[in-house]
Amino acid sequence: MRLPATLTRIFAIASKERRQMVRDRLTIGMIVMLPLVQIMIFGYGINFDVRQIRTGVVDFANTSASRALITDLEASQVVQVVARPAGAAQLQELITAGEVSAGVYIPPDFERRRISEDRPLAQLLVDGGKPGLEGALRALGSMPVPARKSVAPATPVTFEVLTLYNPERRTAVQVVPPLIGVILNMTMVLFTAIALVRERERGNLELLIMTPLKPVELMIGKLLPYVGVGLIQTTVVLSVGVLLFDVPVNGHLLDLYAGALLFISATLSLGLVISTLAATQFQAMQLAFFTLLPSILLSGFAFPFDGMPRTVQLIAQVLPLTHFVDIVRGVVLRGAGLDQLLGPVAKLGVVLAVSVSLAVLRFRKRLA
Amino acid sequence: MNATAGLAVRTRGLVRRFAGVAAVDGLDLDVPRGEIFGFLGPNGSGKSTTMRLLCGLLQPTEGTIRVLDYDIPAQAEALRRRIGYMTQRFSLWEDLTVRENLEFMARIFTLEPGHARQRIAAVTSEYRLAEFYGRAAGTLSGGQKQRLALAAATLHDPPLLLLDEPTSAVDPQSRRDFWESLFALIGRGATILVSTHYMDEAERCHGIAILDQGRLVAKGSPQQLMQDLPLHVVEIEAQNMDAARVALRQMPAMRSSAQLGLRLHALFDRDGSDPVAAVQARLNSANVLAKVQATEANLEDVFVTATLRDAKQ
Repeated sequence: MRLPATLTRIFAIASKERRQMVRDRLTIGMIVMLPLVQIMIFGYGINFDVRQIRTGVVDFANTSASRALITDLEASQVVQVVARPAGAAQLQELITAGEVSAGVYIPPDFERRRISEDRPLAQLLVDGGKPGLEGALRALGSMPVPARKSVAPATPVTFEVLTLYNPERRTAVQVVPPLIGVILNMTMVLFTAIALVRERERGNLELLIMTPLKPVELMIGKLLPYVGVGLIQTTVVLSVGVLLFDVPVNGHLLDLYAGALLFISATLSLGLVISTLAATQFQAMQLAFFTLLPSILLSGFAFPFDGMPRTVQLIAQVLPLTHFVDIVRGVVLRGAGLDQLLGPVAKLGVVLAVSVSLAVLRFRKRLA
Repeated sequence: MNATAGLAVRTRGLVRRFAGVAAVDGLDLDVPRGEIFGFLGPNGSGKSTTMRLLCGLLQPTEGTIRVLDYDIPAQAEALRRRIGYMTQRFSLWEDLTVRENLEFMARIFTLEPGHARQRIAAVTSEYRLAEFYGRAAGTLSGGQKQRLALAAATLHDPPLLLLDEPTSAVDPQSRRDFWESLFALIGRGATILVSTHYMDEAERCHGIAILDQGRLVAKGSPQQLMQDLPLHVVEIEAQNMDAARVALRQMPAMRSSAQLGLRLHALFDRDGSDPVAAVQARLNSANVLAKVQATEANLEDVFVTATLRDAKQ
């Protein structure tokens, strides 16, 4: 039996399309890889039940009861004590630098409070600029203290929870500053990847390589305008964040732009690497999207970084966005200077150095 | 006087292998200065690889290359400033205007601004681009684009032009114009290397080299090559072309045949006999009514003979 003409033609198109798709190995890879990576990230990486929050403890009481309290706190697995600063100021510094996301402050009069008063025994400080932490720690506020001899009938509060940098606990404050990074990541990688692949597709590069132009000159020249694009985008997101969402800018703009410049360079070289891998603009877009996805999910932008398993956190170190999220929250919300954020700045520098060398090597090879 | 005086290009024993397969295989090439030199050869014969080797874009596996007295690839960078290159495809920027494209190329070749203005004005008038000056290059016709590409390639006044199948995308009139322009450049002392599939273009070259599977299978002036072709060329006019072709195919001396409209153009080995009489006799015995006459070899005959090992297949 013959198919109607329309169906014959539809099937002709469909089977041609299928053939072309199967021959594009990258697209086939994406069809499998995208869902795999997504399910891995969501299944293993993202955890709303935050545990092991990096915490600094200042224990001025230093009694067996205060030590027991900290042990109990750690036993809850919600916090992980990673630092024991000498005093409140040093604890504050650690939080500002982003070394810890929470702090426990046990005052000298802890024992007196424990025995005779209804005042909270200690303070729990939370970085309110990061998503997901505040709720988890607040739950610890009324953690029972077995040794406490309460005189009051009501359940006494163990910890007074202080939400730093975001007292109103607004999501916008948590999300808008790192959004600068997400948007830069998206556009920088995509623009450069596309811009170079387009010139190759159109034959422009074939002409350029026959001129005195050197590969490095071509590379820098192509990237330079996008640095400008990146700085404009940074300004737009930041302005809207301040004007519409009341995001406080506590640090210096200079620090923010310097960090953004570092991040822009890293994402641009990532785009370059992609441009050397992709044969067509379509492939370049797929690859750009493929790198964007884990960046958004694993960088700590929207989901709590402290909630991720150790291995996932290590994987996230490869992504420039992870470090920029740290930097931008530090500068904008915690008012930190880049000198206080040397950790993430150095890590971003390493990512940048690796991606630039990779880009230069691949770019040279791809041109010849 | 050194060995390369008067030569724009000189290669000896040039070999380039890709994964063990030779794309260019033992090429000895001499291109005199001031000539248009044509590369002919089937697709994949090594024309493009040779061009890329000559400008130092590819490293030779073996052999030596001298171009404009530069050792290539060692001095490729210095050479780049002195060559103009044109690709088969329009490789300038379609979303830039004619003027922007020319200004861009002038800067890539670091022409001093005053000189750049003067050269842009010169090529604009020479290649009749003034009326499209402000138009996006993408809106130009094939012939106009080609003129723009040649203008851009000659902007820095290069003594050597490399043209890779430059007339594939234009109409016959534009091709004629284009070749007029090439001869004007030769008149001013340039040397031009051009690869082509068109026999009429090849015939205009001072010298040609026919490549096949990376080897040089014929070189010389087109006239010389046509004269020296050691074959008889016979044209047959027949009512029944298919029958004529079948009959001819049984003649052991026939090397190749091609139909040109109502004529069959056939090449025969020189075996001492008269090919016209032999063909006539063969067709008569096959009952094919035909008019047979000897004719001059053309360049396509040279090309086919040089590149086909068994023409009857």
